[in-house]
Amino acid sequence: MNEMPDAIARWLAAAESDADRRGLPELKPLLQGLAVSTRALRAGSWNDVLDQAASSRPAAAVEPS
Amino acid sequence: MTWNGETIDALRGALRRGEATSESLTTRCLERIAALNPRLNAFITVAGDRAVRAAHAADRERAAGRAVGALHGIPISLKDIVDEAGVANTAGSQLRRDTVATHDATVTARLRAAGAVVVGRTNLHEFAFGTTSEDSGFGACRNPVDDTRVAGGSSGGSAVAVRTGMSIASVGTDTGGSVRIPAACCGVVGLKPTWGEIPADGVVPLSRQLDHVGPLTRTVTDAWLLHETLAGRAPSSTARLTPRPIAGARFGLLRGFFAERLDPHVARLVDDAVERMRRAGAIVEAIDLPHAHDIAPVYLHLVLADAAALHADTLARHPGAYTPNVRIRLEMGRYVLGEDYVRALRGREVIGAAIDAALEGRDALICPTMPVPAPPLGATTVEVGSGAVEPVRTAMLRLTQPFNVGRQPAISLPCGETPDGLPVGLQLAGICGHTSALLQVALATEQLLQD
Repeated sequence: MNEMPDAIARWLAAAESDADRRGLPELKPLLQGLAVSTRALRAGSWNDVLDQAASSRPAAAVEPS
Repeated sequence: MTWNGETIDALRGALRRGEATSESLTTRCLERIAALNPRLNAFITVAGDRAVRAAHAADRERAAGRAVGALHGIPISLKDIVDEAGVANTAGSQLRRDTVATHDATVTARLRAAGAVVVGRTNLHEFAFGTTSEDSGFGACRNPVDDTRVAGGSSGGSAVAVRTGMSIASVGTDTGGSVRIPAACCGVVGLKPTWGEIPADGVVPLSRQLDHVGPLTRTVTDAWLLHETLAGRAPSSTARLTPRPIAGARFGLLRGFFAERLDPHVARLVDDAVERMRRAGAIVEAIDLPHAHDIAPVYLHLVLADAAALHADTLARHPGAYTPNVRIRLEMGRYVLGEDYVRALRGREVIGAAIDAALEGRDALICPTMPVPAPPLGATTVEVGSGAVEPVRTAMLRLTQPFNVGRQPAISLPCGETPDGLPVGLQLAGICGHTSALLQVALATEQLLQD
Protein backbone atom coordinates (compact mmCIF):
# COMPACT_ATOMS: atom_id res chain seq x y z
CA MET A 1 0.00 0.00 0.00
CA ASN A 2 3.03 2.29 0.45
CA GLU A 3 3.42 2.60 -3.31
CA MET A 4 -0.14 3.74 -3.76
CA PRO A 5 -0.51 7.08 -5.53
CA ASP A 6 -1.29 9.89 -3.13
CA ALA A 7 -4.79 10.45 -4.48
CA ILE A 8 -5.79 6.83 -3.89
CA ALA A 9 -4.12 6.76 -0.49
CA ARG A 10 -6.09 9.86 0.51
CA TRP A 11 -9.30 8.35 -0.83
CA LEU A 12 -8.65 5.14 1.13
CA ALA A 13 -7.95 7.00 4.38
CA ALA A 14 -11.18 8.95 4.00
CA ALA A 15 -13.17 5.82 3.12
CA GLU A 16 -11.80 3.86 6.10
CA SER A 17 -12.57 6.75 8.38
CA ASP A 18 -16.10 6.86 7.02
CA ALA A 19 -16.49 3.10 7.54
CA ASP A 20 -15.43 3.54 11.18
CA ARG A 21 -17.84 6.44 11.61
CA ARG A 22 -20.66 4.28 10.22
CA GLY A 23 -19.78 1.40 12.54
CA LEU A 24 -18.62 -0.85 9.69
CA PRO A 25 -15.00 -1.75 10.55
CA GLU A 26 -15.41 -5.04 8.66
CA LEU A 27 -15.61 -2.95 5.50
CA LYS A 28 -12.02 -1.73 5.83
CA PRO A 29 -10.25 -4.82 4.39
CA LEU A 30 -12.58 -4.69 1.39
CA LEU A 31 -11.84 -1.01 0.89
CA GLN A 32 -8.13 -1.80 0.97
CA GLY A 33 -8.74 -4.41 -1.75
CA LEU A 34 -10.77 -1.90 -3.74
CA ALA A 35 -7.90 0.59 -3.47
CA VAL A 36 -5.51 -1.97 -4.95
CA SER A 37 -7.99 -2.61 -7.77
CA THR A 38 -8.45 1.12 -8.36
CA ARG A 39 -4.71 1.57 -8.61
CA ALA A 40 -4.63 -1.22 -11.20
CA LEU A 41 -7.57 0.34 -13.06
CA ARG A 42 -5.83 3.70 -13.30
CA ALA A 43 -2.54 2.10 -14.36
CA GLY A 44 -4.21 -0.29 -16.84
CA SER A 45 -2.47 -0.88 -20.15
CA TRP A 46 -5.66 0.06 -21.97
CA ASN A 47 -5.28 3.66 -20.81
CA ASP A 48 -2.41 3.96 -23.29
CA VAL A 49 -4.69 2.75 -26.08
CA LEU A 50 -7.25 5.37 -25.18
CA ASP A 51 -4.61 8.09 -24.92
CA GLN A 52 -3.26 7.20 -28.37
CA ALA A 53 -6.75 7.15 -29.81
CA ALA A 54 -7.49 10.56 -28.32
CA SER A 55 -4.24 12.09 -29.53
CA SER A 56 -4.83 10.82 -33.06
CA ARG A 57 -8.11 12.73 -33.31
CA PRO A 58 -8.41 16.39 -34.33
CA ALA A 59 -7.72 18.70 -31.42
CA ALA A 60 -11.24 20.05 -31.57
CA ALA A 61 -12.53 16.61 -30.63
CA VAL A 62 -10.67 16.49 -27.34
CA GLU A 63 -10.41 20.13 -26.28
CA PRO A 64 -13.24 22.26 -24.99
CA SER A 65 -14.51 24.75 -27.52
CA MET B 1 -38.03 -42.24 -9.35
CA THR B 2 -35.23 -43.74 -11.45
CA TRP B 3 -33.48 -41.13 -13.54
CA ASN B 4 -30.85 -41.90 -16.13
CA GLY B 5 -29.70 -38.42 -17.03
CA GLU B 6 -32.20 -37.99 -19.84
CA THR B 7 -32.02 -34.84 -21.89
CA ILE B 8 -34.70 -32.57 -23.29
CA ASP B 9 -33.79 -33.89 -26.71
CA ALA B 10 -34.38 -37.51 -25.65
CA LEU B 11 -37.48 -36.80 -23.61
CA ARG B 12 -39.25 -34.78 -26.28
CA GLY B 13 -38.86 -37.82 -28.55
CA ALA B 14 -40.25 -40.09 -25.85
CA LEU B 15 -43.19 -37.73 -25.34
CA ARG B 16 -43.88 -37.63 -29.09
CA ARG B 17 -43.83 -41.40 -29.32
CA GLY B 18 -46.12 -41.79 -26.32
CA GLU B 19 -43.44 -43.54 -24.26
CA ALA B 20 -43.73 -40.95 -21.49
CA THR B 21 -46.15 -38.31 -20.31
CA SER B 22 -45.40 -34.87 -19.00
CA GLU B 23 -47.20 -35.85 -15.82
CA SER B 24 -44.88 -38.81 -15.25
CA LEU B 25 -41.77 -36.72 -15.94
CA THR B 26 -42.97 -33.89 -13.73
CA THR B 27 -43.95 -36.20 -10.90
CA ARG B 28 -40.53 -37.83 -11.06
CA CYS B 29 -38.81 -34.43 -10.81
CA LEU B 30 -40.99 -33.50 -7.82
CA GLU B 31 -40.14 -36.81 -6.15
CA ARG B 32 -36.44 -36.18 -6.66
CA ILE B 33 -36.82 -32.69 -5.21
CA ALA B 34 -38.55 -34.16 -2.16
CA ALA B 35 -35.79 -36.72 -1.73
CA LEU B 36 -32.71 -34.58 -2.47
CA ASN B 37 -33.57 -31.00 -1.59
CA PRO B 38 -33.31 -31.41 2.18
CA ARG B 39 -29.59 -32.20 1.68
CA LEU B 40 -28.73 -29.99 -1.29
CA ASN B 41 -31.05 -26.99 -0.79
CA ALA B 42 -31.33 -26.36 -4.51
CA PHE B 43 -34.93 -25.09 -4.48
CA ILE B 44 -36.47 -22.16 -2.63
CA THR B 45 -40.00 -22.74 -3.97
CA VAL B 46 -41.40 -26.00 -5.31
CA ALA B 47 -44.39 -25.76 -7.64
CA GLY B 48 -45.93 -29.09 -6.53
CA ASP B 49 -49.59 -29.34 -7.54
CA ARG B 50 -49.27 -26.31 -9.81
CA ALA B 51 -46.60 -28.13 -11.82
CA VAL B 52 -48.66 -31.32 -11.96
CA ARG B 53 -51.68 -29.37 -13.24
CA ALA B 54 -49.50 -27.74 -15.93
CA ALA B 55 -48.19 -31.16 -16.90
CA HIS B 56 -51.75 -32.52 -17.15
CA ALA B 57 -52.63 -29.63 -19.42
CA ALA B 58 -49.56 -30.31 -21.58
CA ASP B 59 -50.57 -33.96 -21.91
CA ARG B 60 -54.13 -32.98 -22.87
CA GLU B 61 -52.83 -30.57 -25.51
CA ARG B 62 -50.57 -33.26 -26.91
CA ALA B 63 -53.46 -35.72 -27.07
CA ALA B 64 -55.48 -33.09 -28.92
CA GLY B 65 -52.67 -32.56 -31.43
CA ARG B 66 -51.74 -29.12 -30.14
CA ALA B 67 -48.21 -29.90 -28.86
CA VAL B 68 -46.05 -27.77 -31.10
CA GLY B 69 -43.43 -26.18 -28.83
CA ALA B 70 -39.86 -27.47 -28.53
CA LEU B 71 -40.21 -27.84 -24.76
CA HIS B 72 -43.78 -29.17 -24.66
CA GLY B 73 -44.27 -31.01 -21.38
CA ILE B 74 -40.61 -30.76 -20.29
CA PRO B 75 -40.09 -30.05 -16.54
CA ILE B 76 -37.72 -27.13 -16.03
CA SER B 77 -36.74 -24.84 -13.15
CA LEU B 78 -36.19 -21.10 -12.94
CA LYS B 79 -33.54 -19.34 -10.89
CA ASP B 80 -35.47 -17.55 -8.15
CA ILE B 81 -34.68 -14.18 -9.68
CA VAL B 82 -36.91 -14.48 -12.78
CA ASP B 83 -40.50 -13.26 -12.50
CA GLU B 84 -43.26 -15.82 -12.62
CA ALA B 85 -46.76 -14.33 -12.27
CA GLY B 86 -48.35 -15.10 -8.93
CA VAL B 87 -45.21 -16.52 -7.32
CA ALA B 88 -42.70 -14.88 -4.94
CA ASN B 89 -39.46 -13.82 -6.62
CA THR B 90 -37.04 -13.77 -3.68
CA ALA B 91 -33.75 -13.21 -5.53
CA GLY B 92 -32.35 -15.36 -2.74
CA SER B 93 -33.05 -12.69 -0.13
CA GLN B 94 -35.31 -12.60 2.90
CA LEU B 95 -35.93 -8.98 1.89
CA ARG B 96 -38.09 -10.25 -0.98
CA ARG B 97 -39.62 -13.38 0.50
CA ASP B 98 -43.12 -11.92 0.06
CA THR B 99 -42.51 -10.09 -3.22
CA VAL B 100 -44.97 -11.77 -5.57
CA ALA B 101 -44.55 -11.08 -9.28
CA THR B 102 -47.59 -9.69 -11.05
CA HIS B 103 -46.44 -10.71 -14.53
CA ASP B 104 -44.25 -13.31 -16.17
CA ALA B 105 -40.83 -12.12 -17.29
CA THR B 106 -40.52 -12.23 -21.08
CA VAL B 107 -38.32 -15.30 -20.79
CA THR B 108 -40.86 -17.05 -18.55
CA ALA B 109 -43.62 -16.28 -21.04
CA ARG B 110 -41.51 -17.67 -23.87
CA LEU B 111 -40.82 -20.87 -21.94
CA ARG B 112 -44.52 -21.32 -21.22
CA ALA B 113 -45.38 -20.67 -24.88
CA ALA B 114 -42.92 -23.41 -25.82
CA GLY B 115 -44.79 -25.77 -23.48
CA ALA B 116 -42.30 -25.99 -20.59
CA VAL B 117 -43.58 -27.00 -17.15
CA VAL B 118 -42.00 -25.05 -14.27
CA VAL B 119 -41.38 -27.39 -11.31
CA GLY B 120 -39.86 -24.77 -9.02
CA ARG B 121 -37.55 -21.88 -8.34
CA THR B 122 -33.90 -22.48 -7.56
CA ASN B 123 -31.63 -21.20 -4.82
CA LEU B 124 -28.91 -18.65 -5.55
CA HIS B 125 -26.32 -16.38 -4.02
CA GLU B 126 -28.35 -13.49 -2.60
CA PHE B 127 -29.24 -11.02 -5.36
CA ALA B 128 -26.88 -12.99 -7.64
CA PHE B 129 -24.00 -11.13 -6.00
CA GLY B 130 -21.56 -13.98 -5.40
CA THR B 131 -19.92 -17.03 -6.89
CA THR B 132 -20.68 -19.81 -4.40
CA SER B 133 -24.45 -19.79 -3.55
CA GLU B 134 -23.47 -20.01 0.12
CA ASP B 135 -24.74 -16.54 1.02
CA SER B 136 -28.41 -17.10 0.33
CA GLY B 137 -31.19 -15.83 2.56
CA PHE B 138 -32.55 -19.37 2.37
CA GLY B 139 -29.40 -21.24 3.35
CA ALA B 140 -26.39 -22.49 1.43
CA CYS B 141 -26.81 -24.64 -1.66
CA ARG B 142 -24.57 -27.75 -1.72
CA ASN B 143 -22.71 -29.49 -4.53
CA PRO B 144 -24.33 -32.86 -5.39
CA VAL B 145 -21.00 -34.41 -6.34
CA ASP B 146 -19.51 -33.65 -2.92
CA ASP B 147 -21.82 -31.93 -0.47
CA THR B 148 -18.91 -30.48 1.48
CA ARG B 149 -18.22 -28.32 -1.58
CA VAL B 150 -19.97 -25.27 -3.00
CA ALA B 151 -22.35 -25.61 -5.92
CA GLY B 152 -20.91 -22.50 -7.55
CA GLY B 153 -22.92 -19.40 -8.12
CA SER B 154 -24.77 -17.45 -8.36
CA SER B 155 -27.09 -19.87 -10.22
CA GLY B 156 -26.06 -22.74 -7.93
CA GLY B 157 -29.50 -24.25 -7.39
CA SER B 158 -30.08 -24.40 -11.14
CA ALA B 159 -26.89 -26.38 -11.74
CA VAL B 160 -27.69 -28.76 -8.87
CA ALA B 161 -31.22 -29.28 -10.16
CA VAL B 162 -29.99 -30.18 -13.64
CA ARG B 163 -27.17 -32.40 -12.40
CA THR B 164 -29.51 -34.43 -10.18
CA GLY B 165 -32.64 -34.59 -12.35
CA MET B 166 -34.69 -32.39 -10.04
CA SER B 167 -35.44 -30.56 -13.28
CA ILE B 168 -34.40 -31.45 -16.82
CA ALA B 169 -33.06 -27.98 -17.51
CA SER B 170 -32.94 -24.60 -15.81
CA VAL B 171 -32.67 -20.91 -16.56
CA GLY B 172 -30.08 -18.81 -14.72
CA THR B 173 -28.41 -15.43 -14.97
CA ASP B 174 -24.76 -14.53 -15.51
CA THR B 175 -23.21 -11.17 -14.60
CA GLY B 176 -19.60 -12.29 -14.17
CA GLY B 177 -19.91 -16.05 -14.66
CA SER B 178 -23.00 -17.01 -12.68
CA VAL B 179 -24.27 -19.56 -15.22
CA ARG B 180 -20.88 -20.97 -16.28
CA ILE B 181 -19.31 -21.17 -12.80
CA PRO B 182 -21.99 -23.43 -11.25
CA ALA B 183 -22.16 -25.41 -14.48
CA ALA B 184 -18.44 -26.13 -14.14
CA CYS B 185 -18.71 -26.89 -10.41
CA CYS B 186 -21.55 -29.39 -10.94
CA GLY B 187 -20.56 -30.93 -14.28
CA VAL B 188 -23.32 -29.58 -16.53
CA VAL B 189 -23.48 -27.25 -19.53
CA GLY B 190 -23.95 -23.50 -18.96
CA LEU B 191 -24.40 -20.89 -21.68
CA LYS B 192 -24.03 -17.12 -21.42
CA PRO B 193 -25.38 -15.77 -24.73
CA THR B 194 -24.27 -12.55 -26.38
CA TRP B 195 -25.16 -9.58 -24.18
CA GLY B 196 -28.60 -8.18 -25.02
CA GLU B 197 -29.70 -11.19 -27.03
CA ILE B 198 -32.20 -12.43 -24.44
CA PRO B 199 -34.52 -9.95 -22.73
CA ALA B 200 -33.81 -9.38 -19.04
CA ASP B 201 -37.04 -7.59 -18.18
CA GLY B 202 -38.71 -9.20 -15.19
CA VAL B 203 -35.33 -10.39 -13.92
CA VAL B 204 -34.01 -8.78 -10.71
CA PRO B 205 -30.89 -6.96 -11.95
CA LEU B 206 -27.40 -6.85 -10.48
CA SER B 207 -25.71 -4.79 -13.22
CA ARG B 208 -27.93 -4.07 -16.21
CA GLN B 209 -24.92 -3.65 -18.49
CA LEU B 210 -23.35 -6.99 -17.49
CA ASP B 211 -26.39 -9.19 -16.75
CA HIS B 212 -27.28 -12.03 -19.11
CA VAL B 213 -30.03 -14.68 -18.96
CA GLY B 214 -28.88 -18.16 -20.00
CA PRO B 215 -29.65 -21.88 -19.82
CA LEU B 216 -28.13 -24.65 -17.70
CA THR B 217 -28.61 -28.09 -19.23
CA ARG B 218 -27.08 -31.55 -19.49
CA THR B 219 -26.02 -31.16 -23.14
CA VAL B 220 -25.18 -28.55 -25.74
CA THR B 221 -28.22 -29.54 -27.81
CA ASP B 222 -30.45 -28.85 -24.83
CA ALA B 223 -28.73 -25.51 -24.26
CA TRP B 224 -29.43 -24.62 -27.88
CA LEU B 225 -33.12 -25.58 -27.54
CA LEU B 226 -33.48 -23.38 -24.48
CA HIS B 227 -31.45 -20.58 -26.00
CA GLU B 228 -33.57 -20.52 -29.14
CA THR B 229 -36.71 -20.44 -27.01
CA LEU B 230 -35.42 -17.72 -24.68
CA ALA B 231 -34.34 -15.65 -27.68
CA GLY B 232 -37.90 -15.79 -29.02
CA ARG B 233 -37.21 -17.91 -32.07
CA ALA B 234 -39.63 -20.67 -31.00
CA PRO B 235 -37.93 -23.72 -32.53
CA SER B 236 -40.21 -26.50 -33.75
CA SER B 237 -40.70 -29.68 -31.75
CA THR B 238 -38.32 -31.54 -34.08
CA ALA B 239 -35.68 -28.83 -34.66
CA ARG B 240 -32.06 -29.98 -34.25
CA LEU B 241 -28.64 -28.35 -33.93
CA THR B 242 -26.04 -29.31 -36.51
CA PRO B 243 -22.43 -29.56 -35.30
CA ARG B 244 -19.73 -27.53 -37.02
CA PRO B 245 -17.17 -30.18 -38.06
CA ILE B 246 -14.22 -30.08 -35.68
CA ALA B 247 -11.76 -30.80 -38.51
CA GLY B 248 -10.76 -27.42 -39.90
CA ALA B 249 -12.36 -25.44 -37.07
CA ARG B 250 -10.06 -22.68 -35.81
CA PHE B 251 -9.55 -21.96 -32.14
CA GLY B 252 -7.47 -19.54 -30.12
CA LEU B 253 -6.11 -21.19 -26.98
CA LEU B 254 -5.82 -18.40 -24.44
CA ARG B 255 -2.47 -18.51 -22.66
CA GLY B 256 -0.65 -16.04 -20.41
CA PHE B 257 -3.18 -14.63 -17.92
CA PHE B 258 -5.63 -17.45 -18.74
CA ALA B 259 -3.09 -20.22 -18.10
CA GLU B 260 -1.52 -18.75 -14.95
CA ARG B 261 -2.41 -19.96 -11.49
CA LEU B 262 -4.37 -23.08 -12.49
CA ASP B 263 -5.04 -26.10 -10.33
CA PRO B 264 -2.84 -28.80 -11.95
CA HIS B 265 -5.79 -31.14 -12.53
CA VAL B 266 -7.73 -28.37 -14.28
CA ALA B 267 -4.70 -27.55 -16.44
CA ARG B 268 -4.22 -31.21 -17.38
CA LEU B 269 -7.87 -31.84 -18.27
CA VAL B 270 -8.08 -28.73 -20.44
CA ASP B 271 -4.77 -29.58 -22.14
CA ASP B 272 -6.06 -33.11 -22.78
CA ALA B 273 -9.25 -31.75 -24.34
CA VAL B 274 -7.28 -29.41 -26.57
CA GLU B 275 -5.00 -32.24 -27.65
CA ARG B 276 -8.03 -34.32 -28.64
CA MET B 277 -9.37 -31.41 -30.65
CA ARG B 278 -6.04 -31.06 -32.44
CA ARG B 279 -5.93 -34.78 -33.20
CA ALA B 280 -9.43 -34.50 -34.67
CA GLY B 281 -8.19 -31.84 -37.10
CA ALA B 282 -8.93 -28.61 -35.27
CA ILE B 283 -6.48 -25.76 -35.80
CA VAL B 284 -5.59 -24.54 -32.32
CA GLU B 285 -3.23 -21.59 -31.96
CA ALA B 286 -1.95 -20.36 -28.61
CA ILE B 287 -2.60 -16.64 -28.18
CA ASP B 288 -2.19 -13.94 -25.56
CA LEU B 289 -5.05 -11.52 -25.05
CA PRO B 290 -3.94 -7.88 -24.74
CA HIS B 291 -5.04 -6.13 -21.52
CA ALA B 292 -6.06 -9.44 -19.91
CA HIS B 293 -4.58 -8.48 -16.55
CA ASP B 294 -6.69 -5.33 -16.51
CA ILE B 295 -10.05 -7.07 -16.89
CA ALA B 296 -10.75 -7.75 -13.20
CA PRO B 297 -10.40 -4.09 -12.09
CA VAL B 298 -12.68 -2.98 -14.93
CA TYR B 299 -15.30 -5.59 -14.01
CA LEU B 300 -15.09 -4.84 -10.28
CA HIS B 301 -15.65 -1.11 -10.63
CA LEU B 302 -18.61 -1.63 -12.97
CA VAL B 303 -20.40 -4.30 -10.96
CA LEU B 304 -19.81 -2.71 -7.57
CA ALA B 305 -21.12 0.68 -8.60
CA ASP B 306 -24.06 -0.71 -10.56
CA ALA B 307 -25.11 -3.01 -7.71
CA ALA B 308 -24.71 -0.25 -5.12
CA ALA B 309 -26.89 2.07 -7.18
CA LEU B 310 -29.62 -0.56 -7.54
CA HIS B 311 -29.57 -1.37 -3.82
CA ALA B 312 -28.89 2.09 -2.37
CA ASP B 313 -32.38 2.72 -1.08
CA THR B 314 -32.96 -0.76 0.39
CA LEU B 315 -29.46 -0.85 1.83
CA ALA B 316 -30.10 2.41 3.66
CA ARG B 317 -33.44 1.26 5.07
CA HIS B 318 -32.82 -2.44 5.80
CA PRO B 319 -29.08 -3.10 6.02
CA GLY B 320 -29.48 -5.92 8.49
CA ALA B 321 -31.84 -7.85 6.26
CA TYR B 322 -29.10 -8.76 3.78
CA THR B 323 -26.77 -11.68 4.38
CA PRO B 324 -23.64 -10.19 5.99
CA ASN B 325 -21.21 -10.84 3.13
CA VAL B 326 -23.54 -9.49 0.46
CA ARG B 327 -24.35 -6.45 2.54
CA ILE B 328 -20.71 -5.57 3.04
CA ARG B 329 -19.93 -5.96 -0.68
CA LEU B 330 -22.83 -3.67 -1.54
CA GLU B 331 -21.52 -1.16 0.99
CA MET B 332 -18.12 -1.32 -0.72
CA GLY B 333 -19.78 -0.29 -3.99
CA ARG B 334 -20.84 3.00 -2.46
CA TYR B 335 -17.18 4.05 -2.32
CA VAL B 336 -16.40 3.69 -6.04
CA LEU B 337 -15.55 7.12 -7.41
CA GLY B 338 -17.37 8.43 -10.45
CA GLU B 339 -14.09 9.05 -12.28
CA ASP B 340 -13.11 5.39 -11.83
CA TYR B 341 -16.50 4.20 -13.05
CA VAL B 342 -15.93 6.22 -16.22
CA ARG B 343 -12.43 4.76 -16.57
CA ALA B 344 -13.95 1.28 -16.27
CA LEU B 345 -16.55 2.07 -18.93
CA ARG B 346 -13.79 3.18 -21.29
CA GLY B 347 -11.65 0.17 -20.41
CA ARG B 348 -14.56 -2.11 -21.16
CA GLU B 349 -14.64 -0.95 -24.77
CA VAL B 350 -10.89 -1.53 -25.23
CA ILE B 351 -11.07 -5.00 -23.69
CA GLY B 352 -14.16 -5.93 -25.69
CA ALA B 353 -12.42 -4.86 -28.89
CA ALA B 354 -9.33 -6.91 -27.95
CA ILE B 355 -11.44 -10.05 -27.48
CA ASP B 356 -13.29 -9.37 -30.74
CA ALA B 357 -9.91 -9.02 -32.50
CA ALA B 358 -8.69 -12.31 -31.01
CA LEU B 359 -11.77 -13.99 -32.48
CA GLU B 360 -11.19 -12.71 -36.02
CA GLY B 361 -10.78 -15.70 -38.34
CA ARG B 362 -11.54 -18.10 -35.51
CA ASP B 363 -14.57 -20.08 -34.41
CA ALA B 364 -13.91 -19.73 -30.69
CA LEU B 365 -11.44 -19.00 -27.92
CA ILE B 366 -10.62 -21.75 -25.40
CA CYS B 367 -9.74 -21.58 -21.71
CA PRO B 368 -10.80 -23.28 -18.49
CA THR B 369 -14.11 -22.09 -17.06
CA MET B 370 -12.56 -21.87 -13.58
CA PRO B 371 -8.93 -22.17 -12.46
CA VAL B 372 -9.98 -24.59 -9.70
CA PRO B 373 -12.65 -27.22 -9.06
CA ALA B 374 -15.52 -26.43 -6.66
CA PRO B 375 -14.00 -25.04 -3.42
CA PRO B 376 -15.00 -26.37 0.01
CA LEU B 377 -17.98 -24.72 1.70
CA GLY B 378 -16.81 -21.91 3.97
CA ALA B 379 -13.43 -21.45 2.29
CA THR B 380 -12.31 -17.85 1.82
CA THR B 381 -9.16 -18.68 -0.14
CA VAL B 382 -8.24 -21.48 -2.52
CA GLU B 383 -4.98 -22.96 -3.80
CA VAL B 384 -4.50 -22.12 -7.45
CA GLY B 385 -1.43 -24.18 -8.28
CA SER B 386 2.21 -24.20 -7.21
CA GLY B 387 1.21 -23.37 -3.65
CA ALA B 388 -0.25 -19.97 -4.58
CA VAL B 389 -3.41 -18.90 -2.76
CA GLU B 390 -6.15 -16.59 -4.04
CA PRO B 391 -9.47 -15.36 -2.61
CA VAL B 392 -12.25 -17.74 -3.65
CA ARG B 393 -14.34 -15.06 -5.34
CA THR B 394 -11.39 -13.68 -7.31
CA ALA B 395 -10.36 -17.13 -8.50
CA MET B 396 -13.84 -18.28 -9.48
CA LEU B 397 -14.56 -15.15 -11.53
CA ARG B 398 -11.14 -14.76 -13.11
CA LEU B 399 -11.74 -16.64 -16.37
CA THR B 400 -15.45 -16.01 -16.92
CA GLN B 401 -15.75 -12.25 -16.32
CA PRO B 402 -13.74 -11.31 -19.45
CA PHE B 403 -16.68 -12.29 -21.64
CA ASN B 404 -19.18 -10.32 -19.55
CA VAL B 405 -16.96 -7.29 -19.91
CA GLY B 406 -16.55 -8.01 -23.64
CA ARG B 407 -20.20 -9.09 -24.23
CA GLN B 408 -19.18 -12.23 -26.21
CA PRO B 409 -21.17 -15.48 -25.90
CA ALA B 410 -19.42 -18.17 -23.83
CA ILE B 411 -20.25 -21.72 -22.83
CA SER B 412 -18.93 -24.12 -20.20
CA LEU B 413 -18.78 -27.82 -21.07
CA PRO B 414 -17.78 -30.67 -18.76
CA CYS B 415 -14.32 -31.91 -19.76
CA GLY B 416 -13.55 -34.48 -17.09
CA GLU B 417 -13.08 -34.92 -13.37
CA THR B 418 -10.25 -34.52 -10.91
CA PRO B 419 -8.99 -37.65 -9.08
CA ASP B 420 -11.44 -36.69 -6.31
CA GLY B 421 -14.31 -36.84 -8.80
CA LEU B 422 -14.85 -33.08 -8.97
CA PRO B 423 -16.05 -31.82 -12.36
CA VAL B 424 -13.95 -29.46 -14.47
CA GLY B 425 -15.33 -27.11 -17.14
CA LEU B 426 -13.91 -26.19 -20.53
CA GLN B 427 -14.95 -22.73 -21.70
CA LEU B 428 -15.45 -21.72 -25.33
CA ALA B 429 -16.12 -18.08 -26.20
CA GLY B 430 -17.51 -17.01 -29.56
CA ILE B 431 -18.22 -13.98 -31.69
CA CYS B 432 -20.72 -11.37 -30.53
CA GLY B 433 -24.10 -11.92 -32.16
CA HIS B 434 -23.20 -15.46 -33.24
CA THR B 435 -24.23 -17.55 -30.24
CA SER B 436 -25.72 -20.26 -32.47
CA ALA B 437 -22.39 -20.65 -34.28
CA LEU B 438 -20.67 -21.02 -30.90
CA LEU B 439 -23.19 -23.71 -29.99
CA GLN B 440 -22.45 -25.56 -33.24
CA VAL B 441 -18.74 -25.72 -32.46
CA ALA B 442 -19.52 -26.54 -28.82
CA LEU B 443 -21.67 -29.46 -29.96
CA ALA B 444 -18.80 -30.83 -32.04
CA THR B 445 -16.45 -30.40 -29.07
CA GLU B 446 -18.88 -32.13 -26.74
CA GLN B 447 -19.22 -35.08 -29.11
CA LEU B 448 -15.44 -35.36 -29.35
CA LEU B 449 -14.96 -35.26 -25.57
CA GLN B 450 -17.67 -37.86 -25.00
CA ASP B 451 -16.20 -40.38 -27.48
